[in-house]
Amino acid sequence: MSKHFFGDTTVLLGRSLRHITRSPDTIITTAIMPIAMMLMFVYVFGGAIRTGSDSSYVNYMLPGILLITVASGIAYTAYRLFMDMKGGIFERFQSMPTARSSVLWAHVLTSLVANLISLVVVTLVALLMGFRSGAGVSAWLAVAGILILFTLALTWIAVIPGLSAKTMEGASAFSYPLIFLPFLSSAFVPTATMPGPVRFFAENQPVTSIVNAIRALFTGTPVGTDIWIALAWCVGILVVAYAFAMRTYRRKIS
Amino acid sequence: MTTQQAPAIQVHGLEKSYKELHVLRGVDFEVARGSIFALLGSNGAGKTTAVKILSTLLKADAGTARVNGFDVATQAANVRESISLTGQFAAVDEILSGRENLVLVARLRHLKNPGKIADDLLERFSLTDAGGRKAATYSGGMRRRLDIAMSLIGDPPIIFLDEPTTGLDPQARIEVWQAVRELADQGTTVLLTTQYLDEAEQLADRIAILHEGRIIVNGTLAELKQLLPPAKVEYVEKQPTLEDVFLTLVGTKA
Ligand SMILES: Nc1ncnc2c1ncn2[C@@H]1O[C@H](COP(=O)(O)OP(=O)(O)OP(=O)(O)O)[C@@H](O)[C@H]1O
Ligand SMILES: [Mg+2]
Repeated sequence: MSKHFFGDTTVLLGRSLRHITRSPDTIITTAIMPIAMMLMFVYVFGGAIRTGSDSSYVNYMLPGILLITVASGIAYTAYRLFMDMKGGIFERFQSMPTARSSVLWAHVLTSLVANLISLVVVTLVALLMGFRSGAGVSAWLAVAGILILFTLALTWIAVIPGLSAKTMEGASAFSYPLIFLPFLSSAFVPTATMPGPVRFFAENQPVTSIVNAIRALFTGTPVGTDIWIALAWCVGILVVAYAFAMRTYRRKIS
Repeated sequence: MTTQQAPAIQVHGLEKSYKELHVLRGVDFEVARGSIFALLGSNGAGKTTAVKILSTLLKADAGTARVNGFDVATQAANVRESISLTGQFAAVDEILSGRENLVLVARLRHLKNPGKIADDLLERFSLTDAGGRKAATYSGGMRRRLDIAMSLIGDPPIIFLDEPTTGLDPQARIEVWQAVRELADQGTTVLLTTQYLDEAEQLADRIAILHEGRIIVNGTLAELKQLLPPAKVEYVEKQPTLEDVFLTLVGTKA
């Protein structure tokens, strides 16, 4: 690691945060889709969905909505990285005596900041819609921790198409399946209502354990093993995605 | 240091293929310190490929290249300390202002007083008035000037300019030429690629022609001229060139 790694990453982070403040629409668009879904599910479908608990449906679905927010937000990381590659500024940075991986880290940290802002916006709207939680400070911190880990894991996935895509559509198309994944999980309806194979998939995919862990933290019920499964998924995805992203990156710069 | 006496750039037997396409097939040349060296070649000759290898953005398949005495393959970090690259397509951050672009590069080069460096360069490249504007609003020529200004930050001893005047109007072209001459007068070594013969004629101390993967000729302008039969004496009326007319009409001092 170069001795300038932290300094260079900070400078480049400042640069891409400036990009965000100059086009805040990226944060707003990120937040609008999940908010629209939340409105639809609560006010249109919500009455017909039985979750097996008597608290309001917004309480039930918020964890899934938060994951969808992150899944749609990280597409912008792929987009920004792709634009840097295409515009040649990436090559300029690579030809300078700058710590080389700083360019990637700056984008990853920017994604974290942007997604956290979107998550706060979505949560505030949920509060307006009647979301209530008895969670204490430590439970909220645990939720934040899981979401940060989830964002980092998904962001490193986003780095891969950002570096290797040939077109802008290609750079962001990868996020559609990620946005779709919560629908095949316990995010909106209990998995017990699903037919066999779907239920098997839903119960064994990462989103379900993450959603269940966050939901338990919000309602103050015991988190059980879900939180450990959730953390294992997040860390596992993070490590694998990071390794692949770094491999793609090394190929790109050699 | 021994590197002071060695040529600024030494290239021996450089080869590079993209899959089946054998772009460089054994390129040899040297560039003396403080000189301007022009690499001429038609579209697809491999000029950009050669420049990318010399600026550590691409690895050669075979052969060696030393820049400022450092091997591009094994001492890439030292090479990056010694060079600056102005790529074929202007690599500026469109969302930042001109001044912010300059400050960014100065920071990434770990220099003191980035603000002052930026202001001095804006002045030198007649961009002071536009300095606060987003680079996205710049004309092609302004963008190219900003791009070159970014490359001068930190006074690297060797500068690569890949087709620095392609797409510029005659006036902007002359301004770029002026900047290149000033650099060379201060002792900077300049390697530029171009498709314009007059550009090489105007600027270069030595000219090399890259054709079908090899340097087919390499010499001073006078030496290259001697390759052809001696000039015949003919009497023709001296018509102003279109360039003379254009420059007179738009009335610039440059
Ligand atoms: N990444 C790549 N993958 C495959 N082929 C490539 C790649 N980069 C360049 N080429 C091919 O290699 C050849 C040389 O390209 P290069 O860009 O070095 O030429 P050039 O002399 O700079 O041309 P120009 O004057 O058009 O800029 C071209 O035929 C080009 O299509
Ligand atoms: Mg080229």
